[in-house]
Amino acid sequence: MTATGQDHDHERLEAQIDQWRSYVQRHRAISPADVDEMTDHLRDRVADLGATGLDDDEAFLVAVRRMGSLDAVSREFAREHSERLWKQLVLVPDEPARGSSPAWRELAVVLALAVGAGVAMKVALSVFDTDALLMRNAPLMTAPFLAAYFAWKRRVSWRVVAALLVPYALLAVVLNVYPYVDTGSTVVLAALHAPVVLWALVGVVYMGGRWRDQDPRMDFARFTGELVVYVTLLAIGGGVLLGLTIATLTLVGVDVEPAMEDWVFPFAVPGAVVVGAWLVEAKQDVVENIAPVLTRVFTPLTTVMLLVTLVVLLGAGGLADVERQLLILMDAILVLVLCLLLYSVSARDSLARPGWFDGLQLVLVAAALAVDAVALTAMLTRIAEFGLSPNKVAALGLNLLLLVHLARSGLLLLGFLRERRPFGALVRWQTRFLPVYAVWAAFVVVAFGPIFGFV
Amino acid sequence: MRFDKDLVAASATPLVLGILAEGESYGYAILKRVTELSGGRMQWTDGMLYPLLHRLERLGLVVATWGTSEAGRRRKHYALTPAGHAALAERQEQWSVVADVLQHVWRSAQQAAQPAARPAVAEGWA
Repeated sequence: MTATGQDHDHERLEAQIDQWRSYVQRHRAISPADVDEMTDHLRDRVADLGATGLDDDEAFLVAVRRMGSLDAVSREFAREHSERLWKQLVLVPDEPARGSSPAWRELAVVLALAVGAGVAMKVALSVFDTDALLMRNAPLMTAPFLAAYFAWKRRVSWRVVAALLVPYALLAVVLNVYPYVDTGSTVVLAALHAPVVLWALVGVVYMGGRWRDQDPRMDFARFTGELVVYVTLLAIGGGVLLGLTIATLTLVGVDVEPAMEDWVFPFAVPGAVVVGAWLVEAKQDVVENIAPVLTRVFTPLTTVMLLVTLVVLLGAGGLADVERQLLILMDAILVLVLCLLLYSVSARDSLARPGWFDGLQLVLVAAALAVDAVALTAMLTRIAEFGLSPNKVAALGLNLLLLVHLARSGLLLLGFLRERRPFGALVRWQTRFLPVYAVWAAFVVVAFGPIFGFV
Repeated sequence: MRFDKDLVAASATPLVLGILAEGESYGYAILKRVTELSGGRMQWTDGMLYPLLHRLERLGLVVATWGTSEAGRRRKHYALTPAGHAALAERQEQWSVVADVLQHVWRSAQQAAQPAARPAVAEGWA
């Protein structure tokens, strides 16, 4: 055999070994270290067989065969390490850090930003003395730290950061300079809608400035859902911990409530958001997303709830005197349905054929639209009777946006079920419509005050 | 020779512990030693050795350390711990009792079979 022939053979063997490795790695019970160990074994076996006169191909085949059924080996490993069947989230590597590893540096950055967000909140608490002022400014104080984390992580260019500082500054000015009447509803509406605008700005940083692309938008939607889940989990854990601490300290006669209000909450709440963002970033492809799993559970339940609501609403007869809160309640229901839809869309394989779950989603969307149509008619008659108020206009505006979003989603879903349209059309519709909410929220914050005279 | 699965499973632990008692070793070398000691009559499925080594490690009978082979590849070496030595001694005792009993029972079975077998054979040839 010529030298080049041998080289060629050797390359072929390496390729075969690589292929085998990737096949072994697919067994979750076999850890990467085990794969290394078994590969070393395979190479030894191939070399020994080669020495007895087999060529590389034959030696490789015999060696793989002697390794035995990988499924059986994997089962044995699983019996030994059942924990490996559960995906583990490794935030910082166990191995002794050589110098400062990227994971440790990231942890340091995250902790610094979390503490920074806490300090900012503490400052806000001492500067803004009324509740209304505080409510308007608290999100403004936290968002920059979250954005800073993503700007650092994604190496966002200074141009993007500078471009985002302009709307941020405008928002801060509007929220603090407008002569709001303290007991009015426009101030509450501004405080409620400002976080949506801020979240969109954070989203632009999250996407590394690529906010015009559709895929990063969906990633940001996924991130949002996971962040909500993780912050909720952190809040529950923190709540249990604080409860136990308070109970213990109260027993020995120490009143910790002032300390809780002054120090623990201002640091814990914004800190949890920043740390939650880091956890979601770190887990990304390691741990299954939870939000879509929750949608699987709640889509059927919500459908039942909506159908019951529809029957009750229709049976109630005189819808003209339904509660004033109905419109806001309807918005809440539609937002819930939209989240269920958005998160199941975000996790679905675009190429899979239509299945029963898609049908169920269509039922859910149709039920939500029917309920909304009934409630909307009732509300419009009320508005015709009693006139407009900032609250009603804000709720109605959001309702219309949600209605358009859901109605078109329903149509696209129907088209997909009848195999007239690809699933991608539904996904694109979701990501294309999301910025509209930010624009509407900005409109409410900026324009509602002047329009309604800040009451 | 094909061995019963249970017999392989039962004998594997003392065999691996025994080989490691000769000195620190690694997966492939352990298997080669098994083949060598049995004159090639005993051959394990290669892959199954590794879960077994993990089990022994978890039980604290062996300790594993990562080293490098002559070829410069990462290689995991196993060595017996004091607990491993103790377990080996215990297994050794158990297995010698089993081997002893088996020897006896084979011998007495043979003795019992011979007188009975002869007339049958004679009859068969008659």
